[in-house]
Amino acid sequence: MTDRVRPIDPRGRGLWKPPLSRWRVPSILPGFGLSLGITLAYLAAIVIIPLAALAIRPWEIGLSGVWATLTDERVARALMLSFSLSLYAALLNAVLGLVIAWTLVRYEFPGRRILDALVDLPFALPTAVAGIALTAIYAPNGPLGSIAARFGIKTAYSPLGIFIALVFIGLPFVVRALQPVMQDLDKEVEEAAQTLGASDLQRIVFVVAPALAPALISGVTLAFARAVGEYGSVVFIAGNMPMKTEIAPLLIVIKLEQYDYAAAAAVGLAMLAISFGALIVLNIVQLLIARRGRR
Amino acid sequence: MSARASRIHLPGLAPLLLAASVAVMGVLVVLPLATVFHDALAKGVGQFLASLKEPDALAAIRLTLIVAAISVPLNAVFGLAAAWCITKFDFRGKTVLLTLIDLPFSISPVVSGLVWVLLFGAQGWFGEWLLDHDLKIIFALPGLVLATILVTFPFVARELIPLMQDQGIDEEAAALTLGASGFTTFWKITLPNIRWALLYGVLLCNARAMGEFGAVSVVSGHIRGLTTTLPLHVEVLYNDYDFVGAFAAASVLASLGLVTLVLKTALEWRHSGELAASRRH
Amino acid sequence: MNLQQAADTKVTANSLEIRGISKAFGRFPALKDVSLQARDKEFLALLGPSGSGKTTLLRVLAGLETADAGEVRFDDEDFLAVPVRQRRVGMVFQHYALFRHMTVAQNIAFGLSVRRRAERPSKSEISDRVADLLTLVQLEGLDKRFPSQLSGGQRQRVALARALAIEPRMLLLDEPFGALDAQVRRDLRRWLRELHDRAGVTTVFVTHDQEEALDLADRVAILKDGELVQLGAPNELYEAPATPFVYDFLGAACRLPGEVAGGKLTVADWTIGAPAGSPEGPVEVFFRPNEVDFASEDSPGLIAQVRGASVRGPLMRLDCLVAGVPMELEAHGRRAPAGVTPGATVRVKPVRPKVYAAG
Repeated sequence: MTDRVRPIDPRGRGLWKPPLSRWRVPSILPGFGLSLGITLAYLAAIVIIPLAALAIRPWEIGLSGVWATLTDERVARALMLSFSLSLYAALLNAVLGLVIAWTLVRYEFPGRRILDALVDLPFALPTAVAGIALTAIYAPNGPLGSIAARFGIKTAYSPLGIFIALVFIGLPFVVRALQPVMQDLDKEVEEAAQTLGASDLQRIVFVVAPALAPALISGVTLAFARAVGEYGSVVFIAGNMPMKTEIAPLLIVIKLEQYDYAAAAAVGLAMLAISFGALIVLNIVQLLIARRGRR
Repeated sequence: MSARASRIHLPGLAPLLLAASVAVMGVLVVLPLATVFHDALAKGVGQFLASLKEPDALAAIRLTLIVAAISVPLNAVFGLAAAWCITKFDFRGKTVLLTLIDLPFSISPVVSGLVWVLLFGAQGWFGEWLLDHDLKIIFALPGLVLATILVTFPFVARELIPLMQDQGIDEEAAALTLGASGFTTFWKITLPNIRWALLYGVLLCNARAMGEFGAVSVVSGHIRGLTTTLPLHVEVLYNDYDFVGAFAAASVLASLGLVTLVLKTALEWRHSGELAASRRH
Repeated sequence: MNLQQAADTKVTANSLEIRGISKAFGRFPALKDVSLQARDKEFLALLGPSGSGKTTLLRVLAGLETADAGEVRFDDEDFLAVPVRQRRVGMVFQHYALFRHMTVAQNIAFGLSVRRRAERPSKSEISDRVADLLTLVQLEGLDKRFPSQLSGGQRQRVALARALAIEPRMLLLDEPFGALDAQVRRDLRRWLRELHDRAGVTTVFVTHDQEEALDLADRVAILKDGELVQLGAPNELYEAPATPFVYDFLGAACRLPGEVAGGKLTVADWTIGAPAGSPEGPVEVFFRPNEVDFASEDSPGLIAQVRGASVRGPLMRLDCLVAGVPMELEAHGRRAPAGVTPGATVRVKPVRPKVYAAG
């Protein structure tokens, strides 16, 4: 036998592993350094450093300053308005989204594909365009606004107007979250139907609904997070009256115009916290549902 | 799809749901779109075209195109680099990278503009330094580009990563054993496999870049003819009660949105197998 | 390289030497100090169950994995120091890894078309070579097809042609027939061996199918849990397996406990001269179910009660209790030997028992 080359084992444990950097497995494809370098540099410059600025800036006026800013009546009302209207809009989108997704998935009809593509329109349309279009429709002299005015309902330049705009932009999130789950539901539901003999209604309540719940929650949360931060679609129809129809993002713009960077950053940070909070809640709820499913 | 049509029949409900869906979509989505074009042409085609030929409008269009022409290629390069290192290699910290890439979707556009002001604005971290060196970022093109990049950079990466993950590294490994260099492998093997996803991502990135309003509004300063992109131009005209002008500009943007939608849908229909692993329809 | 060249039958020095290769994935040791050699132009099979390290070893040879320790010498060159691109090793992957966006012709031509300008053949030379290879792998006329339009067997042949196009010094095949039907496998097996003989290239072939390995290879290396267990010609392995694992892996095995003392092997109440080289003391006796003689109850041998008999294809399967241990024995032809019927008690004599130390 040819002589063997035994690996020297400084730790005396038989199998020696040369000291490679342990955080990654060496690979034969080239370009790791370059691609990771570009990625990290880009992320650092575009995301990490700017967000660091956002996280740090409010504190130059101290904790009390931040608190004062956020509890200032105008700011607090704006935050409350954004938060609550976004929530209501997301909830309405849950209902609308269910109806539309169900229709698109379950039924064949002429123009279905066009309707399906249109669901993405609020997502594809620039926000300012949506903003002025919605205002034109719901303004007192607009097609729908005038109808509402006859019933004494003010649509544009009121919280209702903001609400409508938020429903507009949140709809695609719910529909797109539900569709794949609904499509996969087909075969499972039929099998369940065959073996259990439950009525259609029972099947919906006990089989379909629980399957849709995670997707629905996910879609609603994404719609909510998007709505909280929405600016372009809302700022035209809102009317922007302080204390009444000012949305939180607008407050940031106003503070910046006053060169009150720290306050603007404080509001921005608060909004970020709300969005992240929503996403964390989403993750927790999804975890809980997944765990329940396992029992 | 109808091959697997469910046997759940809710008698009588189908037409109701259908009507409801069409009504909701009609009022909520189609009506605004129609309004844009209707109000743009309210005073006739002549007025419509005239407002678009105004120097400010043309400047806004040019600026929008320039901002997109800078942001989209940069984002595409980032998307390719990020997808390459994340999907072809094994290392710790991938989740962190993926979270960072998804971050802009959770941030309000206004905040995406705010952060740049906090860095480069008059009272920003680098404000003084920029002033001393007579460099302008906020209220100038660089600021617009930075704000746009922050909002739009995830699009390309998010389309490429699931697809490349699915495709694995076998073909690239084979190319290497046949003697190809790293660059040749990327160019001749990887790129052709991801070209439709790349196009799709670029399409979405571009649509968002050209249409971005909130982030750009914060950093722009609204200097007519100089730092107003087309969406900002819409706002400026609207606030001046020049409704035809505003809607004319808006209709250009809406057309962009429609074209994007058409191309996007076409890509999804024809190349669904080669787009991101989980297609939604 | 002349593809029509007959295989050189002269035994030459080892062209491929693998010494002490070790590789671990995290904590999992895939290869533990593996050493073996392949002769020039030899067809070597790496055989073993999953997790044995055979694919890892192949990938180390290809350059697709880096060994933690050890060296490889090929034609007296430090192989591991050569980067993948320059090794000129033709690799055929288990799932073909054909370039899905290229035609068959483009796939095959790839290795040639990416060469540096100085070394690249002209376009007409490349297309000639591609045509030759297509004829060789019997896929003429399919040059403009895409991989998605081919069957599994066709794709595998394209993969082979692609690997051969670069005139590799060594051919590496990673379970190339794993994803194919049994019939296609058998046909391709025959064809691959002929191809190898004509091309005269050192070939290393990974498989978990012992029938394939024994059928195809000049020599077989059996790996288990990252270690080389035995290396030898197929007959050698089949007739003299080094360990119970190898015996069991290469074919159906019956085993009984026994004892070797003073040159005699005793199993139950049967004693014979112990085979040469048997260890002393308690042993395990292995034999093949189709290598037994049957005799009447009053002859020497292992006592066996026949519990059932059935005809399965070309064999007679006999369900027996041999020395108290249930086993399935086989008789050739489709009829049981005389006297061997369900319910009968007979004697069974293994023809070539193999003895290993117990435990």
